Amino acid sequence: MNATFSALAEPNRLQIVELLRHRPLSVGGIAERLRMRQPQVSKHLRVLSEAGLVQVRPVAQQRIYGLRAEGLKELDDWLVPYRAIWSDRFERMDEVLRELRSQEKSKKGSTDGHRK
Amino acid sequence: MATANKSDLAITRVSDTELLLTREFDAPRDLVWKAMTDPALMSRWWGPRRYRTVVDELDARPGGKWRMRNIAADGGEHAFRGEFRDVVPLERIVWTFEYEPLPGHISVETMTLTERDGRTLLTVRNQFSSKEDLEGMVNSGMESGARESYERLDELIAELNT
Repeated sequence: MNATFSALAEPNRLQIVELLRHRPLSVGGIAERLRMRQPQVSKHLRVLSEAGLVQVRPVAQQRIYGLRAEGLKELDDWLVPYRAIWSDRFERMDEVLRELRSQEKSKKGSTDGHRK
Repeated sequence: MATANKSDLAITRVSDTELLLTREFDAPRDLVWKAMTDPALMSRWWGPRRYRTVVDELDARPGGKWRMRNIAADGGEHAFRGEFRDVVPLERIVWTFEYEPLPGHISVETMTLTERDGRTLLTVRNQFSSKEDLEGMVNSGMESGARESYERLDELIAELNT
């Protein structure tokens, strides 16, 4: 668990993990998107893979890096209660926002109507 | 892990004392800002569902104070308070957070909004004053978090039965 946290304590590594949340990528793909040098990216990927957060898969001629579900789950399990609070909070915020949007829409509609 | 659920809330432990949350909302930034700074709207989402949330103060400007209470059906309440350290309209709120029964255990939350294609990404950086405070916060939700999930399950079952 500590290896996981210290692996993520480095901002560049955290950024790599955030990026790989969206899709697996090659070293070059990661370097390009994060404007980092390839050797630097490789070094970070080594730390992340030792911490069990990242795994590599050969695709054609390339080595594609993706997140390792088990490693992340370990992190996640620890945060389950905290996540429950925030995810509930945000779901309720979705409801409020939905209402605000429809209010705005009807307001716009009525102003348009007024103008006519 | 990017799960397929609609909320797609990502939480990362950045260091021993810091957690980072990201969540996207299907609304433009001005509405998200409004939901975060208007007391009447804040009371509708900030607290857990099973509590009534009362906003005593929400003075969203640098140096302004905030205080909110989660009130249970049996009248028991949990009060939280803090101070706005930085407020950049539509962009950023930095406030301190303190659970009143535990004075002095103050954390700093930095909330940043970015809009893209009519959707808004909210980032919350939660900086605790010590490793123990972070762990205390995470664990304090244990009971309530679990209970909340069971309540949800009950609701779902009730819905399926009708």
